[in-house]
Amino acid sequence: MDSIISIKGLSKTYNSGFEALKTVDLEINRGEILALLGPNGAGKTTLISSICGIISPSSGSVTVDGFDIISDFRKTRSMIGLVPQELTLGAFDTVWGTVRFSRGLFGAKRDDAYLEQLLKDLSLFDKKDSEIRALSGGMKRRVLIAKALSHEPKVLFLDEPTAGVDVELRKDMWKIVNKLRNQGVTIILTTHYIEEAEEIAERVGVISNGELLLVEKKDELMESLGKKQLLIDLKESVKKIPSILEKYNIELNEEGTQISYTYVVKDETADVSEVLHEITNSGLLLKDLKVEQSSLEDIFVDLVKEEL
Amino acid sequence: MNLTAIKVIYFNEMLRFWKTLFQSVASPVISTALYFVVFGSAIGSRIENIEGVSYGLFIVPGLTMLSVLTQSISNASFGIFFPKFTGTIYELLSAPVSFYETLIGYVGAAATKSLILATIILATANLFVDLNIAHPFWMLGFLVLTCIAFSLFGFIIGLWADNFEKLQIIPLLIITPLVFLGGSFYSISMLPDLWQKVTLFNPVLYLVSGFRWSFFEVSDVSVGISLFMVFLFLAICIAIIAWMFRTGYKLKQ
Repeated sequence: MDSIISIKGLSKTYNSGFEALKTVDLEINRGEILALLGPNGAGKTTLISSICGIISPSSGSVTVDGFDIISDFRKTRSMIGLVPQELTLGAFDTVWGTVRFSRGLFGAKRDDAYLEQLLKDLSLFDKKDSEIRALSGGMKRRVLIAKALSHEPKVLFLDEPTAGVDVELRKDMWKIVNKLRNQGVTIILTTHYIEEAEEIAERVGVISNGELLLVEKKDELMESLGKKQLLIDLKESVKKIPSILEKYNIELNEEGTQISYTYVVKDETADVSEVLHEITNSGLLLKDLKVEQSSLEDIFVDLVKEEL
Repeated sequence: MNLTAIKVIYFNEMLRFWKTLFQSVASPVISTALYFVVFGSAIGSRIENIEGVSYGLFIVPGLTMLSVLTQSISNASFGIFFPKFTGTIYELLSAPVSFYETLIGYVGAAATKSLILATIILATANLFVDLNIAHPFWMLGFLVLTCIAFSLFGFIIGLWADNFEKLQIIPLLIITPLVFLGGSFYSISMLPDLWQKVTLFNPVLYLVSGFRWSFFEVSDVSVGISLFMVFLFLAICIAIIAWMFRTGYKLKQ
């Protein structure tokens, strides 16, 4: 895969002595949607801020499309758009004014037609002459997105894009993200909402305590770490699990009406057919059965717990 | 060089000035008019001419400098402090813009505002007294350099300040006293010997003196020294800013 952002040995210790990032290595593929998942204070924003130039890394290097973020900062920064976590906007600017300002700041030629379309896509066009202080929180979030996209970036960072955002905007945002991806824009979003990563990301990176614990394709991550649970409802309740089933990881619920078999999909020792066969042999009468898969959230909680 | 960025920063700042045009213009005009009524007409009529210049006329350069200095500092410091305060600075830091381009945008706009203000004050003064400028070119030169130098100084204060109190403290506690004691409203020859010597340590004296010379060809210190001091002040500000740029001082961790 062709990588667009290459992070090598990146670390950041703040003046206060707080070590926010401990040697992060990461390759971000061109055109992918990568979700950086982690609890508050894990280092997600520090990582993004380092790449965008808002803070200076303590050590390590980052290249964007082959250009170094420090020696070639003009090239790298003009390729990047950033939607910050906080609603930071000049209260007295108009929507149109601030979006045009952003485009100019990033050195792009004036293109009113593009900006008009952008505002329309974000349902902001009818507010274009409003002052920002008159807008609702959701609208301000849209303005931040418009500003980030004003110079047609190749890479878009969304830092906690859906914090405090209503359902409608969330849907709109994913629509835009998809549209951008189809145009070949690489999108990196941070979140501590697992559903978000699960919904739109192709790869997921998990950050905790300044360390990148893993980066994997979402599906593979779910498969490799995901546990499945086979739930079997019994026709007649039993008091305990039959002895021939004791060697398997099988549990009985309190009422004695349901048994569950938990297994890891990738685990070679797990043999669903064998277990099913033994269950039939044990004389239990089956009423119904279903399989449940653990969510990214369960995986995440397990990973972060191990880390702590 | 990201010229587009300089342009948008400059015009964005000027837009802020434009939006608050009334208060930006009204307050210096009113205070100038008040000074003229109080010092020029009421008290000034009892004060004899200073080095052949009527008192009302004599205070015009000092009054202009008072406004230029305080306005340059407050405009430039507020211009860069505000994005830091609201957090919108993130955009500036993540943009393909160098520190110097940012500086040119903000300081250029602040200096322009001060220049516009000085013009308005001089025009207002002309309503009260008959203003004749002996060396218009020098006058403009002193004015432009002072606007730039003190806008740079304001920019430094804006970067340094991390709260509103710090933002106000230097203009209030240092600049205003220096302007008042720097011979804005009197010639230092009117002071006792000792105080004349003390006043020579006040940098504002040189600015006012040189500026006044360009109007009436009278000055407390020689024009050459005045000019030198203006450039020295410029150089010091630029050096401090260069250091801030290198270290990312208070802008970036």
